[in-house]
Amino acid sequence: MTSTAKSSWSRTRHTGAAAVALTAAAALLAGCSSGDTSDNPLAGEKAQDGTVVVGSNNFAESTLLADIYGEALKAKGVKVTYKHNIGSRETTYGLMKNGSVTVLPEYNGSLLAYLDPKAEQKSAEAVNEAVKAKLDKKLTILQSSPAEDKDSVTVNAQTAKKYKLTSSSTLADLKDAAPDLVIGGSPEFQTRHQGLEGLKSVYGLEFKSFKALDAGGPLTQAALTRNTVQAADIFTTDPTIVKEKFVVLKDPENLFGFANVTPLVHKSGLPQKGVDALNAVSAKLDTKTLLELDAQVQLEKKDPLDVAKAWLKSAGLD
Amino acid sequence: MNGFLDGFFDIPSDLQHSWLGLIGLHLREALLPVLAGLLLALPLAQLCVRFRWLYPPVLGATTILYAVPSLAFFVVLIDYTGQTELTVMIPLAVYSLVVLVPAIVDGVRSVPQETLAAATAMGFGPVRRYLQVQLPIAVPAILAGLRVATASSISLVSLGALIGNQGALGNLLAAAQKYDRPELAVNSVVTTAVLAILCDALLVLLRVVLTPWMPNGARSRPKTGGRRQRPVPQDVIR
Amino acid sequence: MNVLNFVSAFFSDSAHWHGYDGIPQRLLEHVQYSLLALALAAAIGLPVGLLTGHTGRGGNALAFIATAARALPSFGLLVLIVIMMGFGLLPVMIPLVILAVPPILVTTYEAVRSVDPSPVDAARGMGMRESRILFQVELPVALPLILSGLRSAAIQIVSTATIAAYVSLGGLGRYIVDGLYQRDYEKVVGGATLVAVLALVTLAVFWAAGRLAVSPGVRRR
Repeated sequence: MTSTAKSSWSRTRHTGAAAVALTAAAALLAGCSSGDTSDNPLAGEKAQDGTVVVGSNNFAESTLLADIYGEALKAKGVKVTYKHNIGSRETTYGLMKNGSVTVLPEYNGSLLAYLDPKAEQKSAEAVNEAVKAKLDKKLTILQSSPAEDKDSVTVNAQTAKKYKLTSSSTLADLKDAAPDLVIGGSPEFQTRHQGLEGLKSVYGLEFKSFKALDAGGPLTQAALTRNTVQAADIFTTDPTIVKEKFVVLKDPENLFGFANVTPLVHKSGLPQKGVDALNAVSAKLDTKTLLELDAQVQLEKKDPLDVAKAWLKSAGLD
Repeated sequence: MNGFLDGFFDIPSDLQHSWLGLIGLHLREALLPVLAGLLLALPLAQLCVRFRWLYPPVLGATTILYAVPSLAFFVVLIDYTGQTELTVMIPLAVYSLVVLVPAIVDGVRSVPQETLAAATAMGFGPVRRYLQVQLPIAVPAILAGLRVATASSISLVSLGALIGNQGALGNLLAAAQKYDRPELAVNSVVTTAVLAILCDALLVLLRVVLTPWMPNGARSRPKTGGRRQRPVPQDVIR
Repeated sequence: MNVLNFVSAFFSDSAHWHGYDGIPQRLLEHVQYSLLALALAAAIGLPVGLLTGHTGRGGNALAFIATAARALPSFGLLVLIVIMMGFGLLPVMIPLVILAVPPILVTTYEAVRSVDPSPVDAARGMGMRESRILFQVELPVALPLILSGLRSAAIQIVSTATIAAYVSLGGLGRYIVDGLYQRDYEKVVGGATLVAVLALVTLAVFWAAGRLAVSPGVRRR
């Protein structure tokens, strides 16, 4: 085994194998160079000059809206890359601040509640002024669209029947029932003012427990349908509300405030033609349209990018 | 037929990759860390063999690192490396290191004293002896470690989906939930499993190529008597 | 590094010590998931491993099954099963058991196979029945290795059970997933610390079990 002849033979074997391994590794790297090059390994470094990074949160409507923004920008000759499914607002806001994301679809009142939980929300205009005042100096919001998609506390049909809740019931009517109910929502709902905290401080609601699900997605829908939770944070544009006969509770104290779809942008990253393009989108997007587009993605299983492109075309924005 | 597998390869646009693109991405995110882990483990293991007192503390430290769940590792790293592939690859490299160091140390130590003495008598210096005698004999143990590290790495990449589209084939799982399309989850699981099996087969092949003195297909265990090698490390798969 | 500050902040916050999201409750859930999964995996892996190890048959089939099981991604399986079957404990148990069976199975097989054949032959020569040979000769000698297989499985389960939180179950992973979405590092680091400590406690339990169960004669080898 250790004779010189043997060992030199085994060395060539090894060199050969090493060469094979290296070639394989190189091929691997080369083959994968189609990988997401927009991912800068250095977080916080700004996107390349002239390229607008459109981000989205981890739910279907956010992806759809990001696609609409991105494609509208492309149509006006802006270079766009996408950074989808980033996570919750708690995460995306940090990425907006440091410039790794330039444009993000937001909801004006929800954003304000994140920036300042105590802010009163009287009108959409006042909300937008307050948001602009509270935003990081590098960020601003553009024109809000009439399309609205709020968080809501929604109960399933069984619970509505048991506690005699109808579409005219309010959150205050839930006070006696709440200690018997499990409420579900995204993990961040647990600590947000527009979440458990506000439900307690504004309506005095204390639930039996909280179950962390997803941001109004299939987990939440399924949990509510199967009565794993009796109440949940469901987006008001959710097509399953009608389908499953869920009851959305009214919010007279405006805890969930206004939630008009509004582009949040990093000031230095977006050229004027991009600002114009996004404002044009906001002008055309209303709640009815958003509901239809959501249904195409969530019920008809169409690809959000295709839905976005088709709508931009029909709205004359492409 | 409007079958279940409709749209099996219909990857949602927000993943920004084709199916093949995701496979390439997955392999890169899984295998580069194993390679990095191996490159780090070789010198570290040699130090542990050279200085025996070093091995217990190294083993202790790696055991503790290994006990940290990968997801927590990712989340803490986000602050330093952002929501990038690197954030997924660093913990995987650490886990690979954790599997490979004991595998290499045990492998190298299993070389019989008389073999080492023979090599020394033939005038082999320590470096040459290590590279041409100890390491080749340790190859089965090292490759057993590599198989475990690779399987675990390929499985763990999927968790990157939780930190914003960084999970390659795992992103299909998030998409399956988001769009309520179970076929994408099936695609993810099946593709990931096939990749793991193929990589494992390649490593077995590599062992056969690298250890021509061993009978083909033999597991790394002599039948009876003789020096018993430690069984394949089964540790560290999550 | 301010990780230690996060750890101390997490554990000194009294709100983290009671209620359905308190540390005792989450820890209990985590231990429950882990013990159940380990028990199920052992119920599959130990008998099959002992039997195949004793007869020496089926080693290749076993290696194949172990490789295949190892190739299945735990997280992927979890998400897939939840999408197909809905919530519950079962979707979490299936991936955890699949994760834990290979180390138990393969190590048990190897452990019994690597028992010195001479005492086995001697026992057989003395007219011992095969079942007695397995349980009175092979098992005691193989026990340290079998325990190490169970230990690997247990550690993997403890660490992997964190992913249950992604599909809205409890356990210590809750802190990690919630912390990710709430941007709350205190929770993430606190949860990770608890999991790591639980894993180390598991190691200690197996060490103690080894001291108690392994015959001194075998231990001294």
